[in-house]
Amino acid sequence: MNPLLVALAPQIVLVLTALAVLGLGVSIPRARNAITSAALLGPILSVVALHLFPVHGLFLGGMISLTPLAGIFQLVILGLAVVAMVFAADSFPKTHFAESLALVLFATVGMLLLCATDNLLMIFLALELTSIPLYVLAAFDKASRASAEAGLKYFLVGSVAAAFLLYGISLIFGVTGSTNLHAIASFAGPSDPLLLVGIVLAFGGFAFKVAAVPFHLWAPDVYEGAPTAAAAFIASGSKVAAVFILAKFLFGALGPWAGSMTAAGWAPVLALAAAASMLLGNITALVQSNVKRLLAYSAIAHGGYLLLGLASGEPASLPAVLFYVIIYAITTAGAFGVVLVVEHERGGSRLEDFDGLAKSSPGLALCLLVFLISLAGIPPLAGFFGKFYLFATALENPHLLWLVALAIVLNAISLYYYLIVLKHALVLPSHEDRKAGLHGTRALVAALALLVLALGLFPNFFLTPLTQSFHPAVADEAPVPNQTHP
Amino acid sequence: MTILTLIPFVGALVAALAPGPRAARTVGTGFLLAALGFAVFLALGYDRAAGGIQFTEHHEWIPALGVEYFVGADGLSLMLLLLTTLITPFALLAAGPSISRLSVVLILLLETTLIGTFTALNFIHWFVFYELSLVPAFLLIRSSGTKASTVAALRFFIYTLLGGLTMLVGFLAIQLATGTFDLVQLASMGPSLDGILATHFHWPFAGMLVFAGVFFGLAVKVPVVPFHTWLPDAYAEAPSPVTMLLTGLMSKMGLYGFLRLLLPLFPQRMQELATPLLWLALATILFSAFTALAQTDLKRMLAYSSVNHLGYCLLGLFAVAAVPLGAPTARAAAMNGVLLQIFNHGLTASALFCFAGFLENRSGGLRGLRDFGGLRTAAPVFAGLMGIALFSSLGLPGLNGFVGEFLIFSGTFHLVPWAAALAAIGLFVTAVFLLDAIQSLFTGPLPPQWEKFPDLTRGEVALVTPAVLLMFVLGIYPQVLIALFNKP
Amino acid sequence: MRNAERKEDLAGREGRIFPVSGLRLPVFPSNFSMILNATFLSAFAGALLVLVLPERWTRWIALAATLAGLGFAASAFPAFDNSPSAPHFQFVTELPWIPTLGISFHTGADGISLVLLLLTGLIAVTGVLFSWNVVLRPRAFFAFYLVIIGGVYGVFQSFDLFLLFVFYEIVIIPKYFLIAAWGSTNREYGAMKLTMYSAAGSALVLLVLLATYAASGAHSFDLFTLADPSKAAFAPGFQAWAFPVMFVGFAVLAGLWPLHTWAPTGHVAAPTAVSMLLAGVVMKLGSYGALRVAMTLFPLGLAQWRIPIAVLATAGIVLGALVALAQKDLKFTVGYSSIAHMGFVLLGLMTLNLSGLGGAVLQMFSHGIIGGLLFAVVGRMIYDRTHTRDITELGRLSLAKTLPFAAVTFTIASVASMGLPGFSGFIAEFTILKGAWTAFPSLLIPAGLGVVVTVAFTLIALQRTFYPAGEVPASPPPQPPITLPEKLGALLLMASTLVIGVFPSVLLDPILRSFESPLMHGLIQGGPR
Repeated sequence: MNPLLVALAPQIVLVLTALAVLGLGVSIPRARNAITSAALLGPILSVVALHLFPVHGLFLGGMISLTPLAGIFQLVILGLAVVAMVFAADSFPKTHFAESLALVLFATVGMLLLCATDNLLMIFLALELTSIPLYVLAAFDKASRASAEAGLKYFLVGSVAAAFLLYGISLIFGVTGSTNLHAIASFAGPSDPLLLVGIVLAFGGFAFKVAAVPFHLWAPDVYEGAPTAAAAFIASGSKVAAVFILAKFLFGALGPWAGSMTAAGWAPVLALAAAASMLLGNITALVQSNVKRLLAYSAIAHGGYLLLGLASGEPASLPAVLFYVIIYAITTAGAFGVVLVVEHERGGSRLEDFDGLAKSSPGLALCLLVFLISLAGIPPLAGFFGKFYLFATALENPHLLWLVALAIVLNAISLYYYLIVLKHALVLPSHEDRKAGLHGTRALVAALALLVLALGLFPNFFLTPLTQSFHPAVADEAPVPNQTHP
Repeated sequence: MTILTLIPFVGALVAALAPGPRAARTVGTGFLLAALGFAVFLALGYDRAAGGIQFTEHHEWIPALGVEYFVGADGLSLMLLLLTTLITPFALLAAGPSISRLSVVLILLLETTLIGTFTALNFIHWFVFYELSLVPAFLLIRSSGTKASTVAALRFFIYTLLGGLTMLVGFLAIQLATGTFDLVQLASMGPSLDGILATHFHWPFAGMLVFAGVFFGLAVKVPVVPFHTWLPDAYAEAPSPVTMLLTGLMSKMGLYGFLRLLLPLFPQRMQELATPLLWLALATILFSAFTALAQTDLKRMLAYSSVNHLGYCLLGLFAVAAVPLGAPTARAAAMNGVLLQIFNHGLTASALFCFAGFLENRSGGLRGLRDFGGLRTAAPVFAGLMGIALFSSLGLPGLNGFVGEFLIFSGTFHLVPWAAALAAIGLFVTAVFLLDAIQSLFTGPLPPQWEKFPDLTRGEVALVTPAVLLMFVLGIYPQVLIALFNKP
Repeated sequence: MRNAERKEDLAGREGRIFPVSGLRLPVFPSNFSMILNATFLSAFAGALLVLVLPERWTRWIALAATLAGLGFAASAFPAFDNSPSAPHFQFVTELPWIPTLGISFHTGADGISLVLLLLTGLIAVTGVLFSWNVVLRPRAFFAFYLVIIGGVYGVFQSFDLFLLFVFYEIVIIPKYFLIAAWGSTNREYGAMKLTMYSAAGSALVLLVLLATYAASGAHSFDLFTLADPSKAAFAPGFQAWAFPVMFVGFAVLAGLWPLHTWAPTGHVAAPTAVSMLLAGVVMKLGSYGALRVAMTLFPLGLAQWRIPIAVLATAGIVLGALVALAQKDLKFTVGYSSIAHMGFVLLGLMTLNLSGLGGAVLQMFSHGIIGGLLFAVVGRMIYDRTHTRDITELGRLSLAKTLPFAAVTFTIASVASMGLPGFSGFIAEFTILKGAWTAFPSLLIPAGLGVVVTVAFTLIALQRTFYPAGEVPASPPPQPPITLPEKLGALLLMASTLVIGVFPSVLLDPILRSFESPLMHGLIQGGPR
C-alpha cells in the first residue's frame, strides 16, 4: 500500500465518514440515532487506523510528519471529537442535523493534519480547514441571534488572525528561505529584525486560536452565543491542536530566537501576552453572570498559563504545556457538557439557572464540582497536577519567577468565580422543576469527571507515555533521514 | 498523702452521682469526716523526734519540664491539713440542709485542691493545686447568683490569677537558672539562689524581680494591704459557709506560700527587705483594723478583722525574717505564734462567719450591725457562743486567739520592738471594734421586729460547740499543736 | 558527621507494622506501613460510602469511619517506639508516584505527627457526634466532612512536599461548601472569605514550593532530601524571601495576626462540626506546615525573620484576647480566643528552643481539643436550641438550669481555655512561656498580659452566659435536653484535656524527641536544654 495513504489513513477515514453522514442526512434525515452512530464510527475507525498503522516519519518532504507525540495528540483530538459529537447529537436541532456532525468531522480532519505537519504552509491550510467548519458550527443555531453574532465575530476575527499568520509566514519564509520548520531551525543567517516581526505576526495567528490577549475578543461572545456543543469543541479540540502546533512552531523551529527577559525574542512577547491574558481573563471572569461567558474568560486565563509555560523557553516545559492543554481540554469539555444539560433543563446558562442542581441531579453537580475545581487547580484533580507541573518546569527559567508568582496569585483568585458557580449549583436552593434527558451527555460527563480525577491521582499513567514520546519529538531538531518517504 | 488527697476527690465524684442534694450532703459529710480522721491519724503518726518532711511520695510526672509528683508533710503541712479537714466539714454542715448538690461537690473539690497545695513539694505540682482551687472557690462565691457576688467572684478570680501568673513567671526564672522545681532542693540552695539568678540572667536585679513576682502572688492571696481590695467584697458577698472556707483555709494558702516558698528560698532578700515588709504588715494590721472600725456591715467588719489577724501572722513572719540569727527564744516564740495564729485564725474566723451566716438566715439577709440589738435576751445561746468566738478573736486569755497573738508579740517585741509597738495599736483597735460589735448585736434594747428571733437549733448548737470547745482547749493547752512543729 | 547520622536515621526508617495480638498480618514490604495511611483511607472510603449507601446509614458510616481513623491514630501511639535508639520516623511508607518530577508517596510519623493525628481523630469523632442532628442533605454534609478529615490526616503524615500540599489543598474546597450550605450567620460571606484567605495562603506556599524545587536542583520534593544541605542547599538570599513568604502562607491558616480576620467570621458562619474542625485541626495545618516545611527547610531565613514573626504572634495573643473581650456574640468570643491561643503556638515556634517548640506542638493539641469543645457547646448545645448567640440574651435564658450539662461542659472548657493547671492548656502555655523567656524575654510581658485578658474574657463570657447576675426569670423557657451523642462527644474531649493536663508526658515525650531528629538540626538553637 502507498505509505502516504497509510500515513493519512485516519484523516481519510474521517473524510469518508463525513461524506457518508452527509449522504445519510439527505436520505434518512429523521433517523438521528443512525446518523449519530455513523458519525461516531468515524473517529472510532480513525483511532483504529492510528493503532493499526503506527507510521512514524516524514512524508512529502515534511508536509506530513508523523511522530509518536503527534499520534498521542491525534488520539486526544479524536476523543474530543467524540465528546463534541455526543454533545451535538443530544442538543442540535433536527434540521441539518447530519450536516452539523459532518462539520465536526471536517474540523477534526483539520486538527489531525495540524498535529501532523512540519511545514508552515501546511500549518496554515490545516488551521483554515479547522476554522471554517467551526465558523459554521458557531453560527449553527439559526434561531438564535447570539449564535449568528458568534459565528460572524468568530469568522471576522479568525480571518484577521489568518491574515496575520500568513503575513508572518511569508516574512519568515522571506528571511529564512524555507517554510519547513526544521529548515528554519537550522537557518544560520544573521538575526534579522524582520524575522522577529514575522514570528510575532505568526504568533498572533496562533494566539487567536489559543484565545490569548490581545486576540481574545471573540472568545466570550462565541462561547456564549454558539451552540454549546460547538463551543465545547472550539474550547477543547481546537485549543489542543493550536497549542500543540504553537509549541512545535516555537520550540521546533524558532528556538534560537527565543530571547529572554533581557534580550529581544519571542519569549518576552509570550510572557507579556501570558501576563495580560491571565490578568484580563481572571479579573473579568470575577464579574460574569453567565457560565459560558465565565468559561470563556477562564479559557483566556488558561491560555495565559499555557503561554507562560511556552515563554519559559525551557525544554522541560514543553511536556508540561502539552500535558496541561490536554487536561484543560478534557476538563473544559466536561464543564460544557454540564452546561449543556443545564441549558436543556432550564433553557439558559445564567448563574441562576444552576440553582438547586445538587438537588435535582446530584451526580451532575458532583461532576461540575470536579471540573471547576480542577480548573481552579485544586488537588487531587488533574488540573492541579497540570498547573503544578507547568509552573514547576517554567521556574527552571529563573527569570520567570515574577510571572509564575503572578499566575499562582491569580489562580488563587480564580477560585472565587468557580466557587460562585458552584455555590449556585450546590448551595442555593431552587423551586423550579427540571427536565430529565440527555443521557448520553450525562454519561459522558461522568466519564470525563472520572478521567479528571484519575489523571489527578495517577498522572503518571499519562505522563510517562507523553514524556517518552519526546525522544523523537518536536523539540528534537534532527529527523532521522532514512525514514523519509518520497 | 495521696490517699488523703483522693478521699475528698472520690467524695466529690460520688456526691456528683448522688441522687439528690440530701444524699450528696450526707455522702460529702461522710467523706470529709473520713478525711479528717485520716489527717488526725497522719498527725499522730508523725515522728516528732525526727522532724522534717515525712510521708514523702516521689514519682516522675513530666520529666521534660522537671515536674514531679512529690508530696510530703512536715509539722506545718500537717497542721494545715488538720485545719483543712476540720473547717471543710464545718462549713459544709453550716450551710444547712438546703445546700445544692453542686455546692457539695465544689466544697469537696476545694478540699482536694487545698490538701494538694499543703502537701506538694514540687513547685508546679503545688501551683497546679493552688490555681485549681480558684475554680471551685469562684463558683462557690458566686453561687448565690446576685450581681454583687458575681462581680466579687470575678474580681477575686482575676486578682488571684494575676498573682499566680507573676509567681509562675518567677519560678520559671528560678527553674531556668537552677534547673529544678523541687522545693526541697531549692530550699537547700536558698541562700545562694539570689546569686545563681543574678549570674544566670547576667543581671543583678534578677533575684529581686523574681522575689517581687512571687511575693506579689502570695500577697494577693493572703492578702497584704494594698493588694487586698478583692477581699471585702468577696467575703461579704459570698454565702457565709463559703466565706468560712475563704478566710479559714484559702487565705492560709498564701501564708503557707510565705512559709514554704518565700522564707526558705529568699532568706537574704527577706532580711534585706524586712523593714519595708514589716511596714506592709503594719499597714495590713492598722489599715484593716481602722477600716473594720468603720464598718456597719457585720460580714464586712469580720472580713477586715480577718485581714487584720492575718497581718499579725505576717508581722511575726517578717520579724523572724528580719533577724535571721540570734535570739533563738524570741524567734521560736514568734514562729510558733505565727503557726498557732494560722490555725487559730482559721478556726475562729470560720466560726465567726458561721455565726454571721446563722444571723443572716434568721434576719432574712440583714447583717448590718445597727440593724440588731439586744439579741442576748431573744437568743441567749446564740449570743453566748458567738460572744465566745468574738472574744477569742479579740485575744482574750484562756481562749485560743490569745496564745498565738501573745507569742507573736512577745517574739516580735524582742526582734523588732518598733514594729511590735506600732502593731499594738492595731490590737487596741481590734478590741474596740469587736467589743462594739458585741455591744450593738447583743446588748441594748431589743428592736420589736426581733422579739421572735429564734435561738440556735439543736443541730446548730451541736455543730458549733466542738469549735467553741476547741477554742478553749487550744487556749488552755496549745501544746497539742505546738508539739507538731517543735522537736520534743 | 551530620550525614552519618542521617544515614542511620534513614536506615532506621523501616516500616513497623502494628502488632495485632496473635494475628500475623500479611507481610508488607519493609518500606510500607499501613497503619498511618489507614487513617486517611478510612476517611476517604467513608466519604465514598456515604455517597453510595442509603441515606439512613449516613451518620453511622461517618461515625464508623472517624472511629476507625481515631483507632488507627491512637493505636500508632503504643506501637511507636520512643526509646532513644529508635528511629525518629516510623511507620514509613515510600512508594514511587510521579517520578517525572521526583514525587513519591512518602508518609511516616514522628512524635509531632502522631500527636496531631491523634488530635484529628478525636476532633473527627466528636464532630460527627455533634452533627448527629444534621438533617439537610446529610450525605453531602458528611461526605465533605470526611474529605476534610482525610486531607488533614494526610497532611500530618506526609513527608513528600507535593503530597503534603495535595492533602493541604484538599481541605480548602469542602470547607467552603460546608459553611456556605450548612452554616448560619452571614454564611456565604464567611465561607468565601475563609476560602479566599486559605487559597491565598496556599498560593504563597505553592510559589515557594515550586521555587524551592527549582532552586534545589535535587529533582525531588522529598522533605528529607530538601532539608539535607548536602543534597539541596539554599542560598541565604533565597531563604531570605522564601521563608517569610512560605511561613506567612501557612500561618494565614494558623490565624497569624493581622491575617487572621477570616477566622472569626468563618468560625461564626460555620456549622458546629466545621467550627470544631476549623479551630480544632485546620488551624493546626497552618502551624504544622510552618514548622514542618517552612522552618525546617529555611533555617537561615528563619533566623532573619523570627523576631518580627514573634512580635506578630504576640500581637495576636494580646489583640485577639482584647478583641474577644469586646464581643457580644459568644461564638465570636470563642473565635477570637482561637487567635490568641494560636498566637501562643506561633510564639512557641519562634523561640527555637526545645521548650518553646515542644510547647507549641502541645498547644496545638491542647487548643484543638479545647477550642473544639468550646465551639461544640456554643454551636450545637446552645445555638441549635436557643437560636441566639447573643451573650445578654443567653443570660436571660437561665441556661445553667435548663441545660446543666452544657453549663458544666462550658465551664470546664473555659477553665481549660484559661490555662488553669490540671488541664492541657496550662502545660502547653507554660512550656511556651518558658521557651519564650529564654528567647524573647521582652515579649513575656505582653504575652503574660494576653494570658490575663484571656482569663478575663473567658470568665466574663462564662459568667454572663450561664451564670448571669441579677434577676433570673422565674420560669425559664425549657430547652430540649442534651442528647446522648452530644454528651459522649463532650465527655471525650473533656477527658482528653484532663488526661493530657495530668499526664502531659504521654504527648510531650514523643514531641520533644522529634526535635532531636536530624531533620530539625537547623532549628534548635544551642542544642537541647
